[in-house]
Amino acid sequence: MTLLLIVLLPLFGALVPLATERYGRNICAWSACIAPLISLGLLISHLPRVLAGETLRYHREWLPSLGLDLSLRLDGLGLMFALLITGIGLLVLLYARYYLSSKDSLGKLYALLQIFMLAMLGIVLSDNILLMLVFWELTSLSSFLLIGYWSHQSAARKGARMALAITGAGGLCLLAGALLLGHIVGSFNLGDILAAGDQIRAHSLYPITLILVLLGAFTKSAQFPFHFWLPHAMSAPTPVSAYLHSATMVKAGVFLLARLYPALAGTEMWFFLVSFTGLATMVYAAYTALFKHDLKGLLAYSTISHLGLITLLFGFSTELAAAAAVFHIINHATFKASLFMAAGIIDHETGTRDMRKLNGLWKYMPYTALLAMVASAAMAGVPLLNGFLSKEMFFAESLHLEYMGAWGWVMPVLATLGALFSVAYSWRFIHDVFFNGEPVDLPKYPPHEPPRFMKVPVEMLVVLCLLVGIFPHFTVEPFMHAAASAVLGHEMPEYHLALWHGFNLPLLMSGIALAGGLLLYSQRKGLFAFYERKFRSDEKLVFEARVQRSVRLAQWVTDRLENGSLQRYMALFVGSALVVGTVGMWPLAEWTGSRALTPVDPVSLIAAGLLIVGSFGTVLIHHNRFAALLLLSVVGLVVSLTFIRFSAPDLALTQISVEAVTIVLLMLALYFLPQLTPNESGPKRVVRDVALSGAAGAGVGLLCWTVLTRPFTSISDYFLENSVSGGGGSNVVNVILVDFRGFDTLGEITVLALAAVGIYAMLHGLKLPLPNADGEGRRWAQDPHPPILSVMTRILLPLAIMVSLYIFLRGHNMPGGGFIAGLITSVALILQYISTGTEWMQQRLRWNYRKVAASGVMIATLTGLASWLFGYPFLTSTFTHVHWPVVGDFELASAMAFDVGVYVTVVGATMLILAHLGRLAQSTHEPPATNEKGEKI
Amino acid sequence: MELLISIMIAVMTACGIYLMLRGRTFPVIVGLTLFTYAVNLFIFVMGRLKAGAPPIIGTGESYTDPLPQALVLTAIVISFAMTAFVLVLALRARAELGNDHVDGAPVNEREDSRI
Repeated sequence: MTLLLIVLLPLFGALVPLATERYGRNICAWSACIAPLISLGLLISHLPRVLAGETLRYHREWLPSLGLDLSLRLDGLGLMFALLITGIGLLVLLYARYYLSSKDSLGKLYALLQIFMLAMLGIVLSDNILLMLVFWELTSLSSFLLIGYWSHQSAARKGARMALAITGAGGLCLLAGALLLGHIVGSFNLGDILAAGDQIRAHSLYPITLILVLLGAFTKSAQFPFHFWLPHAMSAPTPVSAYLHSATMVKAGVFLLARLYPALAGTEMWFFLVSFTGLATMVYAAYTALFKHDLKGLLAYSTISHLGLITLLFGFSTELAAAAAVFHIINHATFKASLFMAAGIIDHETGTRDMRKLNGLWKYMPYTALLAMVASAAMAGVPLLNGFLSKEMFFAESLHLEYMGAWGWVMPVLATLGALFSVAYSWRFIHDVFFNGEPVDLPKYPPHEPPRFMKVPVEMLVVLCLLVGIFPHFTVEPFMHAAASAVLGHEMPEYHLALWHGFNLPLLMSGIALAGGLLLYSQRKGLFAFYERKFRSDEKLVFEARVQRSVRLAQWVTDRLENGSLQRYMALFVGSALVVGTVGMWPLAEWTGSRALTPVDPVSLIAAGLLIVGSFGTVLIHHNRFAALLLLSVVGLVVSLTFIRFSAPDLALTQISVEAVTIVLLMLALYFLPQLTPNESGPKRVVRDVALSGAAGAGVGLLCWTVLTRPFTSISDYFLENSVSGGGGSNVVNVILVDFRGFDTLGEITVLALAAVGIYAMLHGLKLPLPNADGEGRRWAQDPHPPILSVMTRILLPLAIMVSLYIFLRGHNMPGGGFIAGLITSVALILQYISTGTEWMQQRLRWNYRKVAASGVMIATLTGLASWLFGYPFLTSTFTHVHWPVVGDFELASAMAFDVGVYVTVVGATMLILAHLGRLAQSTHEPPATNEKGEKI
Repeated sequence: MELLISIMIAVMTACGIYLMLRGRTFPVIVGLTLFTYAVNLFIFVMGRLKAGAPPIIGTGESYTDPLPQALVLTAIVISFAMTAFVLVLALRARAELGNDHVDGAPVNEREDSRI
């Protein structure tokens, strides 16, 4: 449980500074440190047990079906990293308090830093590789935010985007790699994976898995050729660079190499891929670092180079090399973080990081200079400092590599070369900044020592460099031993860190590197000129150009597909549907199935003929919109006849009432639209559309035929059997609607009501040009409300309402129900509107149809909720039999109340649509309504 | 009969889609309505053709499949709502854009504006 607490405390720590920011910077800083301090304390409390070789675990199931568990482990490697993360994190928090100017939000930086801390702790303590990936992505995201902290700077935004693109892509590769690992091993548990090393290495998927995992590690740890994001991430505030881009995040990649070492290492492929990537990175970056004029640029390339060294050590695949790698991770974190902080101090006090301007600072800030020089010497690998020890181990390991064969001399030579460059740039850092004449146009002059507490973090780290360098046996050895044992998966061989190993080859290599580095630096003038001529390429420009190119490609594709023409989308849509349908139907061997065909009777034949003629007619005369509408209604009628013919009376009733409403609606709308459709399609377009629609029609017909001629099984037997006993109604369709699938119906009437409300909103404030003649130029009739019609419909209204009530009441047992009754009521009301006018109706029927529709949905919902009162699930129905005086025995089901809701919604929604459209016609057709005195109302 | 129904659905689909590919809003809506008929009928006949056997318990020996009927019944009502919605959208578009072309402007005008 404390493990979980260690990881999650920074999350709490991320919230605190945001809250305390308003009470001043000191309180904000101290309160931000509380959570990491507790985490660090908890870690230290576990120290003895872990150093004794124990592995602490925490396990909780999260998504067991995916193999993703919330399981954590604390072993030597995790402990070492967790200590670095919380320890250096605390120092960075303190440092940032003084680094950040009062314009920038301290709370935001603290919050982001602690979210990052959480993510890093999650990576190093995960015992499940999927969980580790979650945290891995979180580091990419939080680092994106941290690099882009000064979001007003273009460089910061671009740098952040580049870092996210590279590490994010790497994260995806790692995800694939992790899934493959899980596939090979059968578990995502880290313990299982580490134990299954032989199985993984023997598996045929091993090469691809290894490459994917390495891609993830190399992008994160900025290995060549993915290194270029790191120098651009330096546009982040310096505390962020010190923390993320030297001590922790870039170490996540090498941590991954260490963590999966027992599972993946030990093959020739591992050796060549890992060590040569590391070697190339180390030499290339050390060489480039020498030529960077920006302090942080130099440090960034130096970081890349040292990460290359660590990678190289893991590539060596010997036990001591792995130990050396672990050791160098600690050393690099200490001296590089302090160097970054020193660079930040210099930047802070002088206002520049350009080494061509920064000279001779020794006079102005001797104390800072001393600290930076010690750290820089550690970076160069000078004896008595920690960097020397790990570099010696590195040289020693480079001398005997079994895989290199006759080329064995290559590795030590290149290792020495890399170290030589490293000495040169470290010496440049010291000499250029603190000596080498006088400063040139400093933005802030004269520089002076920074505030006391800004130096404290640097001091602590530098003291660590010295302590480790001089007394390795007492300080770092237990940690290193525990961590290296955890990396190897077994006890590390006996090895003692010591300053003096006698005169041997590694010492000679160190000597050559030191002397050569100083010599190289002394020749810098010519070298710089040479570099300027040859190797000037800005990765950012290249990267941006590629980004732009891919954006243009995407734009081009989008433009091809999406030109803003709905007509084209429709054609593309139908075309794609055709392709998909054809692909799906292709394997079908036989069109006709085994089911017996039903005989054709003459009436059906005539009806079908009517439908076909109606359809084609609609198309042929569609330029005359009104005529097309009339033909369309013929088709609708035949469709409702078809429903009757094949035993669907409910559908027929619904269809015919909807038909009436739809045609009235279309006619109303047609009043506002042109009466004729201009002939715009050229012959080519017509041929294309005929081909498309013909093919689609043929496809659907064929599909229909193949289905209809085949036997089938249905789930409907359940409904048929339980309709009377369970739903209390013999009309199975209605019982399905209001009982079995009542929840669906509730959704559907909600959609209906929503559509009506949407229509109301669109009609609001709508002004349309007013036609005063029909399509052929005839004026509209002078008498819009013929008396005979109005009188007749007034008589009809109560009759129609009664019919609809009858249809509603019998709906549960006979064809009918809420939907149909609602539509019939609507038709009856619409008839009144048509015959006597909207105004007349409005005076008599003062209903707000929006409220009617809404109350319908409410009734249905409340009916459903009512079953909760009796302890049943939502929409459970019940029924009983009551005896009515005249009617006789009558069945009353609670589903009927639901059906009332359906009925009310249908009436409300339909009338909302039609009455408002009608009112629109009214308001534009007639002069504004006036009262008796002739004033406008 | 199966063949006849298939042909009916095929014809309605083809005519509906042809009209939906037109450039003016009203024919598109008419096409949509035709297509809706076709789709509803298609779903309905998935319960196979059976005459004289409505799914009302107690009216006969065997019953046709009630499930597609229940589906289609709500589909009819919803498609009415959708048709109405699209129709009012077309009216609104006419008011806002001054024409009734689906792309917001007739083809020749768009050509002009590009030049």
